[in-house]
Amino acid sequence: MSNQVLMDAKAVDRSITRLSHEILERTDSPEDIVLIGIHNRGVPIASRIQAKLQELSGVILDQGSLDITFHRDDFRERLVMPQVKGTDISFSLDEKVVILVDDVLYTGRTIRAALDELNSFGRAAKVQLAVLVDRGHRELPIKADYVGKNVPTHEGEHVSVNLKETDETDCVSLIRAKE
Amino acid sequence: MGLKRLGKNLVLKNGTIMDPYHKKTIHGDVWIKDGTIAGVGEFKSPKSSETVDCKGKVITHGFCDLHVHFREPGREDKETLQTGSLAAMAGGFTRVCVMPNTNPPLDSPESINFIREKAEDCPIHIHPIGAVTKSQNGNDLTEMGLMHQEGAVAFSDDGLPIQDGAMMRIALEYATLMDVPIINHAEDVCLRAEGVMHEGKVSTHLGLPGNPDLAESAMVHRDLELAEFTGSRLHVPHVSSAKAVHHIQEMKQKNNKVTAEVTPHHIFFNDDALTSFNTHLKVAPPIRTEKDRKVLIQAVREGIIDCIATDHAPHTIEDKETTFDLASFGMIGLESCFGAVNKVLVDQEGLPLEDVIALLTTKPRAIMGFDSDLFTLGRAAEINVIDTDKEWTFEREHVRSRSINSPFFGEPLKGKVELTISCGMIFSN
Amino acid sequence: MLQQKHLLGLEGYPGDDIQAIIDTAFNFREVLDRPIKKVPSLQGVTIVNLFFENSTRTRISFELAQKRLSADTVNFTASSSSLKKGESFKDTAQNIEAMKIDAVVMRHPTPGAPKHLTEFIDAIIINAGDGTHEHPTQAILDMVSLHERFGKLKGLKVAILGDISHSRVALSNIYGLITMGADVTLCGPPNLIPPFIHDLDVTVNYNLDEVIDWADALNVLRIQRERMGLGLVPSTREYRAMFGITQERLEHHKKEIVIMHPGPMNRGVEIDGSVADSDQAIILDQVLNGVASRMAILYLLCGGKPSEEDV
Repeated sequence: MSNQVLMDAKAVDRSITRLSHEILERTDSPEDIVLIGIHNRGVPIASRIQAKLQELSGVILDQGSLDITFHRDDFRERLVMPQVKGTDISFSLDEKVVILVDDVLYTGRTIRAALDELNSFGRAAKVQLAVLVDRGHRELPIKADYVGKNVPTHEGEHVSVNLKETDETDCVSLIRAKE
Repeated sequence: MGLKRLGKNLVLKNGTIMDPYHKKTIHGDVWIKDGTIAGVGEFKSPKSSETVDCKGKVITHGFCDLHVHFREPGREDKETLQTGSLAAMAGGFTRVCVMPNTNPPLDSPESINFIREKAEDCPIHIHPIGAVTKSQNGNDLTEMGLMHQEGAVAFSDDGLPIQDGAMMRIALEYATLMDVPIINHAEDVCLRAEGVMHEGKVSTHLGLPGNPDLAESAMVHRDLELAEFTGSRLHVPHVSSAKAVHHIQEMKQKNNKVTAEVTPHHIFFNDDALTSFNTHLKVAPPIRTEKDRKVLIQAVREGIIDCIATDHAPHTIEDKETTFDLASFGMIGLESCFGAVNKVLVDQEGLPLEDVIALLTTKPRAIMGFDSDLFTLGRAAEINVIDTDKEWTFEREHVRSRSINSPFFGEPLKGKVELTISCGMIFSN
Repeated sequence: MLQQKHLLGLEGYPGDDIQAIIDTAFNFREVLDRPIKKVPSLQGVTIVNLFFENSTRTRISFELAQKRLSADTVNFTASSSSLKKGESFKDTAQNIEAMKIDAVVMRHPTPGAPKHLTEFIDAIIINAGDGTHEHPTQAILDMVSLHERFGKLKGLKVAILGDISHSRVALSNIYGLITMGADVTLCGPPNLIPPFIHDLDVTVNYNLDEVIDWADALNVLRIQRERMGLGLVPSTREYRAMFGITQERLEHHKKEIVIMHPGPMNRGVEIDGSVADSDQAIILDQVLNGVASRMAILYLLCGGKPSEEDV
């Protein structure tokens, strides 16, 4: 196994800052935005974006979290235990601009499940996607609106995201299995 | 003679004061002031007081009878709480428990309350026993919790056995809540069949249908086992057979929640007395053989039987003055009790008088949790004065009950109660 | 995911699995708070509700749980069935299974019937109450409700009050609570508490006031009016006086105690209406947790592919 660092702590921070700027740039009314982090690591990233946006614009956005376990499309193949904290969206999504936040965008199935789940909370005006890393290999027609870093990968490789909130340091690495 | 209110000061002088609670006997006086004990033994007598000379007499606790039938409500022609109280005092009793087989039976908190309220006007202490089943039907448990709150001290369907074993179990289990005993009139109805007297040689000679001792002992055995299983208190009433005594003896070795009583008539008579077809000797359970009588006496001696209880059962003349099969079961017993048991147990069998006094005072009170420290200063007086040596013959004039169904008429007895003091009243024979 | 294929009862049921069900139930509580209360997790799964005994509330609770998980639900009640025409229990079960179903939720008046069913069919079986034996889903929702209120089960003091000897709710609760480390005391008329119940590691105390002083929570069982006529309970007013959770009794104790009831309630007999409607009572939470718990149980038992290790 080999381990290649793609982003160190500083790079992660710069990406999140830039994502926050981009989000602000593309909207006229930041108050309409709600951030929904996807468990696990989408949640702390969403929190950091929320903090950054508050710093930049003074607006405190509503934030929620999403556990997509019950909406997975592989439920007949494997049983997954839901996160204990689970989904927490205590506000209506009607008329809002929802920005889904996740760490890595890969096949797109997680996002599809998230879109399916969002429907249960109201009809958003618009849904956008912000990810820290896009590693390609989509299996569904899903695209991110805001991307921290594009990383081309092969099958058998794994993008590992560590965040201070859950893993001691901020770090994104590429793990290759040796032949 | 008769009942009157106590004067302010009464001093019983020069008596033999027997205290069965502290197990002490002393000579001296007893001073009762305003109905309460003011002095025992030696003390400075009050200046003006009524006195009674008790030389040669025993001064002791008023007796307590756990098993009487006062027929109120429903058959006030046989007895009422008031007339029953007089019969009790004539026999030296100051405290009784009345059985619930009245009409209507004491099977609800309202009826228990009725007895308690009526008893307040009586010169003795009367405690209601509640029925186990509604209307004594053997099927539906009574509201024991509420009845206990109203003053029921135990539960019994006396007169009738609790024939159904499951019902007896439920009754025992439920009674553990109140920590009171179940008193079951143990007679298997099927085995008893038409029996009117003990099934034995005498009944065979007389051609009367017999009631075997098994009818009692089998059910006593069942009740003892159930009581052990449920951990409940059981009091066996009017034990009449040697077989039942043996079961009780065995069970008492490992279970201290079992108690038992015997009547004066079961230790005074045996079934030979029935050759006269005297319906006053027709009782339930029946009077049995001499062998049973002796075993009962021995059981009293050894403490297998805890106390004496009369099962005072008044009946009208019409109920008794008929053919043997149709006569009601039962006899009055309060007035003749002491004379009979004293004659048999002390005179004939040699038991100490103190033991017999205890069988009528501290032992029954202990079973019901009534206070027995009756000579303590300040205590409301519940006292007897007894001429323990007096030889007398029981006659009509000695009866204070409204009914006169007694087989003791004409019997020589030993020991007579002369004065009974209770509830601020004094009764003299 | 769960160690056992079926949910027949909580006797011997692993504590880890109970905890997993409780945790998952909280997730499903959240689903029940959404504007659209549906997840696709059990899409294509067919579940039969096989009820040989009357029950509206349990059946509705299960049905709702199934529908919220997008499963397909079929109801079978004994009265309107072939059982009346004399079909045997085994044939009924096998006929239903022949129509390719995945799971059976069964309620039956005889203890052991669900275990019996496992011998005839391959489907996953969930016991919705077998006579006077067990009612595991009720006990689970009770534990979820306690966990919701207290944050834990270990060391919690729970009293169960009423007709214990005829109560499957009591027995399952005892098994579950003891496994999860709670302390259980039983209280009620002595003739309605089985004498050998001590074997289950519970305390028995007939003194209700002492029990109220001791307990963190009281699970008040329904006194079944059918028992009245059989000589077991003298009258409703006697029961209320001796064992009723009345307003006066609670006021006398002046303490914070959680009141539970599996329903349906006899207001004014085992519990006063004002007590049931008060803040101390979590009875309606229990009902909601019932749907969530049953969703969790169905999800964990029926979700995913049955693997080779499954029994």
